[in-house]
Amino acid sequence: MRRLGLWLGLGFLWLPVLLLAGYAFSDSRLPFQWGGFSFRWFITLARNERLLEAAWLSLRVAAGAATLGMLLGGATGWVLARRGPFAGRALFGALAGVPLVLPEVVTGLSLLLFFVLLEGWTGWPAERGATTIVLAHATMGAAYVAVVVQARLAGMEPDLEDAARDLGATPAVAFRTITLPLMAPSLLAGWLLAFTLSLDDVVVASFVSGPAGTTLPMVVFSMLRLGLTPEVNALAVVILAVAFLCVGGALLVLRRRLA
Amino acid sequence: MALLAIAGLTKRFGAVPAVLDLDLDVAPGEFLALLGGSGSGKSTLLRLIAGFETPDEGRILLEGGDLTALPPHRRPLNMMFQSYALFPHLSVWDNIAYGLKRDGVPRTKRDARVAEILAMVGLDGFGTRMPDRLSGGQRQRVALARALVKRPRLLLLDEPLGALDANLRERTGFELRALQRCTGASFIMVTHDQQEALALADRVAVLEQGRLVQLGSPRAVYERPATRFVAGFLGAANVLDGVPDGTGGLDCPGLATTLRAASPLPPGTTACALRPERIAARAPGPNSGPGTALGPNTASGVVEDVAFRGGNSLLLVRAPGGTLLRVGHAEEDGPPPPPGTLLQLAWEDAAIVPLSG
Amino acid sequence: MRRLPLLLPALWLAVFVAAPLLVVLALSVARPDAGVPPFALPFGWNGGPVWRPNWEPFSLLVADGYYLSAFLQSAWVAGATAGLCLLLGFPMALGISRAAPRWRGPLLMAVLLPFWTGFLPRIGAWTGILRDEGWVNGLLRGLGWADAPLPLLYSNTALFLGMVHAYLPFAVLPLYASLSRLDLTLEDAAADLGATPAVVFRTVTLPLAAPGALAAFLLVFIPAAGEYVIPELLGPPEALLVGRVLWQEFFQNRDWPVAAALAVALLALLILPIRLFQRLESRR
Repeated sequence: MRRLGLWLGLGFLWLPVLLLAGYAFSDSRLPFQWGGFSFRWFITLARNERLLEAAWLSLRVAAGAATLGMLLGGATGWVLARRGPFAGRALFGALAGVPLVLPEVVTGLSLLLFFVLLEGWTGWPAERGATTIVLAHATMGAAYVAVVVQARLAGMEPDLEDAARDLGATPAVAFRTITLPLMAPSLLAGWLLAFTLSLDDVVVASFVSGPAGTTLPMVVFSMLRLGLTPEVNALAVVILAVAFLCVGGALLVLRRRLA
Repeated sequence: MALLAIAGLTKRFGAVPAVLDLDLDVAPGEFLALLGGSGSGKSTLLRLIAGFETPDEGRILLEGGDLTALPPHRRPLNMMFQSYALFPHLSVWDNIAYGLKRDGVPRTKRDARVAEILAMVGLDGFGTRMPDRLSGGQRQRVALARALVKRPRLLLLDEPLGALDANLRERTGFELRALQRCTGASFIMVTHDQQEALALADRVAVLEQGRLVQLGSPRAVYERPATRFVAGFLGAANVLDGVPDGTGGLDCPGLATTLRAASPLPPGTTACALRPERIAARAPGPNSGPGTALGPNTASGVVEDVAFRGGNSLLLVRAPGGTLLRVGHAEEDGPPPPPGTLLQLAWEDAAIVPLSG
Repeated sequence: MRRLPLLLPALWLAVFVAAPLLVVLALSVARPDAGVPPFALPFGWNGGPVWRPNWEPFSLLVADGYYLSAFLQSAWVAGATAGLCLLLGFPMALGISRAAPRWRGPLLMAVLLPFWTGFLPRIGAWTGILRDEGWVNGLLRGLGWADAPLPLLYSNTALFLGMVHAYLPFAVLPLYASLSRLDLTLEDAAADLGATPAVVFRTVTLPLAAPGALAAFLLVFIPAAGEYVIPELLGPPEALLVGRVLWQEFFQNRDWPVAAALAVALLALLILPIRLFQRLESRR
């Protein structure tokens, strides 16, 4: 009975994905119709310059947002887990959690209005696009990184830094030789989380972007609005393949380190 | 000159004092145990000495130099943590070498020192292991080696045997003493286990609510507890309440007798300690029954329960006045009397220890 | 130098989290304006501080049934989605937590991996499955069960399929976390005291999993209440949820104050579930 529920649920989660992947190799011009095996949609995809350009922008934006988010979120998580009491700690913690629970439309709208007002007062950002998307995605990513890092540090023995200090390490050396290496896996996991979050986001990007910045999800969204084409199938297969490689690679690295 | 001198040390958390106006000297090469229950301030005292807490008042001197303002990494002493705090991402070797690296000890000398200390704690060949691949006893030794490798004049140990199995504890305790003798360092050990404190330390300091209530050799502290708290905490002595009889004795209605010590009790004494094993029990004579008036330092009572404790037994004896006495019964005196037996109890004057507070 | 690790994130939070929220708050009482940007701030400086709030956006939200129905629909869709996710996710989480330990990791991975195809392609898959010439209708026709294609896409069916598919893993993870922490000897103890398996489940397993279930419900409900993409791509045209209405006010009508007022109202209504969720999280 329990098994049945599990397999039904997994079937529901996987069925659209498997159908999507399977029909990506169909020769038919209609999506989700079998017209014989073919790679033609992958070739079409590779020739779609608008899509490739958007994908390249998305990758750069995601990498930048994830890196910035990792640094800020890492510091935030460290402050929440390790820095003792300070004035405004409750407010700090509350603000750090806000991006996690804010509906996407609210995040997008609030950041856009903020950028517009900022431009009116300071002249910056003169143009909305890649930069504003990176800042918005980094803000969201940092919140997730902070949660992961804080959980990791909270699960760590609290005496480790004290032990390092006792053995002659200055606070900076104790951080570099003990805290940072122990935070590293969570920082990496947080980076990946922020990266995928950015690659997947269409709502916030649509708000804070201008004519200069069209990311891959924005292009796919407009394609889907006009109707599904097999190109989207092919794109999904590419994303899935990259994701499998990433997850597989991460698992391999982890297993080798454990052994 | 004392190695460590603590004077007037006070630390408060909010309004609650964790350590209150504490004075303590530790001699070179001494093994001192800080004994107390949870919340007694013993761990805070250790963290104050190590530099993880800043005192509100008072000073800490090491070999005459003032430590009070120094951060932990500048203090020439080391600490072994209760959790061991082994760095999980470093091998045993790198854990032990960590402190030497911070001091800039050159590579070859460092390796020699690590190898030496590993041999000393009996962990040859474990250098490449990661901490999570060690048993509890091995982790304890690595923590000890890491703290000792810098050859501190003073080592602080926070419950060093607390996380070990009971059967490992005794052996490790002896090893700890041997290490202390061969390094010549002073050890300050925090523990809540009175057996551990009595067995290992040269001197025992008993802490209660941030105050030092008694300091002395294990034998002195055990046999002559100064306060009601120490008497109850160490070896669970009988604490007998009464009213001074005006001639240096204590009338104890709960036992229907008068307590007399070897010398007259200090004026104002209202309670005395009496160790269970100092009470002699025998079958009553033909003319005595419960409630019969007996001389001082004698009582009678009925056995309520008997607990076998290996080498001896503990009797719970109810005196007619209502007091429940813990009475030791040595195995060589034959089988303990069964519950319901009427016993006559007596003890020497020297067994009565006046308590203050 | 020592304060840098605190000051930097604090500054970031102030500028990119706190300030935008305050801006939305200010804009929700701003005046629409024909210029660029299309609003006039409710405060200013004219020889002294000027404060001229415009409450019209909020009175519009209350007075116009259009917005009221958007909030009601959002609450209904988010609640139903969260309920369905719990119903489907509970047996899954239970199945994973009771599987042999070496299977738990791979099974959790199997729940999460479909996520890596990307959110939009998965929504796209549903359009491909549900449209008139799609996979389901093709199957039905092939089996001879239907002559005319069933109008599946742009229906509430499609909306809920897409919502549950997108949010199901959000429900499975907290449920799994609370079920895997559950002490199995408690169930043995209940059985030993005479409870049948069904009674054990009802009196021990369910109550102990309840906080996890509530967390799972809220974790789905909160983002689902503001969802824009799924109703837009899969739902019927009349499924005008708050996210969609806000988007239209902003991008099509260019009425920024009303969009900001919608955002503020949405947040105000979500404050309670959000606080509840945060309390559940901090109790762990």
